[in-house]
Amino acid sequence: MTAAATPATPAPRVGAAPSGRVFGHLLRNEAVLAWRSGAAVFWSAFLPVAGLVVIGSIPGNRTPQDGLGGRSVLDTYLPILMMFSLTISVVTLMPPTLAIYREKGILRRLSTTPVPPSRLLGAQAAIYAGLGVLVSVVLLVVAVTAYDVHLPDQLAGFAVALVLVGAATTGLGLVVAALAPSARVANALSTLLFFPLMFFAGLWIPRASMPSGLRTVSDWTPLGAGVRAIQATVDGHWPPLSSLLVLAGWAVVCGVVAARTFRWE
Amino acid sequence: MTPTPPVIEIDHLSKSYGAKRAVVDVSLSVEDGEIFGILGPNGSGKTTTVECVSGLRRRDGGSVRVLGADPQTDRAAVRAQVGVQLQEAELPAKLTVREALTLYASFYPDPADWRELVDVLGLGPSLGTRFGRLSGGQQQRLSIALALVGNPRIAILDELTTGLDPAARRETWDLVESVRDRGVTVVLVTHFMQEAERLCDRLAVIDAGRVVAIDTPGGLVERLDTRQELRFRPSRPFDDALLTVLDPVDELVRRGAEVHVTGTGDVLGAVVSTLARAGIVAEGLRVQQPSLDDAFLAMVGHEPASRPAAPQTTQEQS
Repeated sequence: MTAAATPATPAPRVGAAPSGRVFGHLLRNEAVLAWRSGAAVFWSAFLPVAGLVVIGSIPGNRTPQDGLGGRSVLDTYLPILMMFSLTISVVTLMPPTLAIYREKGILRRLSTTPVPPSRLLGAQAAIYAGLGVLVSVVLLVVAVTAYDVHLPDQLAGFAVALVLVGAATTGLGLVVAALAPSARVANALSTLLFFPLMFFAGLWIPRASMPSGLRTVSDWTPLGAGVRAIQATVDGHWPPLSSLLVLAGWAVVCGVVAARTFRWE
Repeated sequence: MTPTPPVIEIDHLSKSYGAKRAVVDVSLSVEDGEIFGILGPNGSGKTTTVECVSGLRRRDGGSVRVLGADPQTDRAAVRAQVGVQLQEAELPAKLTVREALTLYASFYPDPADWRELVDVLGLGPSLGTRFGRLSGGQQQRLSIALALVGNPRIAILDELTTGLDPAARRETWDLVESVRDRGVTVVLVTHFMQEAERLCDRLAVIDAGRVVAIDTPGGLVERLDTRQELRFRPSRPFDDALLTVLDPVDELVRRGAEVHVTGTGDVLGAVVSTLARAGIVAEGLRVQQPSLDDAFLAMVGHEPASRPAAPQTTQEQS
């Protein structure tokens, strides 16, 4: 019954394709899918940039105001818009996408191949966080070139702050993806999370206008610490160490929780 | 020529999910180049068994060897050489067929030419179509293509034709045969008798987590106490005793003009020759032979697809 005429068995092919090339392929693929979904492009890229242009094109928004701690509306909202882009991208849009990948067995299918599903998770986090960071840089460039915002003297400090904000928000997004049992729950959770996060970033009441108690709470939240750090670099200082530590703390804690609780199926 | 060793060897495999014993004791081996069927009712432990083979699940006990490697400790070797078509595994809805194939081909050290797979599987016209817009049959074809794109030596196909219409099911069967013709050993998990009978060289029948029988489809049928039933219309009336005295005949029933005779052994020869000697012609003679369905029922004791939910039923994990 067995095929006795089978040619000599070929030498076993063990191992996998070069992992750098595979990751590159996964990255490109996730980028294409994010682009096709449209939501990421609109909410995370178009909206914040459009918001900056609207704020910046009103001359009054470019003059310093006492109520905003001596900053202009534009200076105040520049870091908030950066937080908005990153949060929408990695906290609001990424977790439901990952939950769908789990729900539809895409991660499971991947675990039958030589490529571990964690590689896909990494590619997706890189794409969504990368989008938020890229938009933040674009916001800065537009603000500096079109609206005479002061380029941070501490560009390195700005970069460090931005990367840490990216890491902290990505960690939060991964925790949501890990804990949500379904795409629907992930959707609800991440939308629910968006409002307090952005509130403490100062989207509705800028941090400079917050009562001091509220501002202290904000200092401990990921986006509050993020705005504080980036605002400092735009003001011309190195980010306060405490804000960087808060960001790093969120990134590490969320990373550990997500790694411990993530279910692949 | 020395016989090639089995490509899959499962020895006393067991696996529980909490209190549910999905696989109690399964031992079987799959030979190089065959289509091996794993047949059983829903929830009998078929899927869990192949998941332990492909390294998707950790077994509780027993041993599994795939091409000589343990799927638990030597994952890389198994994953590079075993292609798996999973029950109900989708792809991102906005990924096109071409993108899926090139992506999955990039995962393997020595992938197959996906363009050739596309031709064999008839996916050519849908290369630019997104997964979400493919029909069920096309999604299934793509799933098979992805299981083969790594140029595997073994392909595990789980409930391949569930949810397909009869035409698509038949086409898929042809595809499975073409896969085997490529020299790939196929493990086919199914609960369709017809599919198993048509495709499989050998079959393991699994029920409630245990192997009930392993044989060729024909061998399984022969194991039955081979009762046959003959139905015919006699050309003229005759007395029942003419046939009931014959050794192989167990029972004779008249249904209107038709006579139904059941018996074992060479009941056909005995009945026909006796009638001939009496000058009677058996008009419209039909012989009902047991099918794999009957064999399955006799072994498992219930219908394959529609098994009533019993409290001790182990649930198939997906």
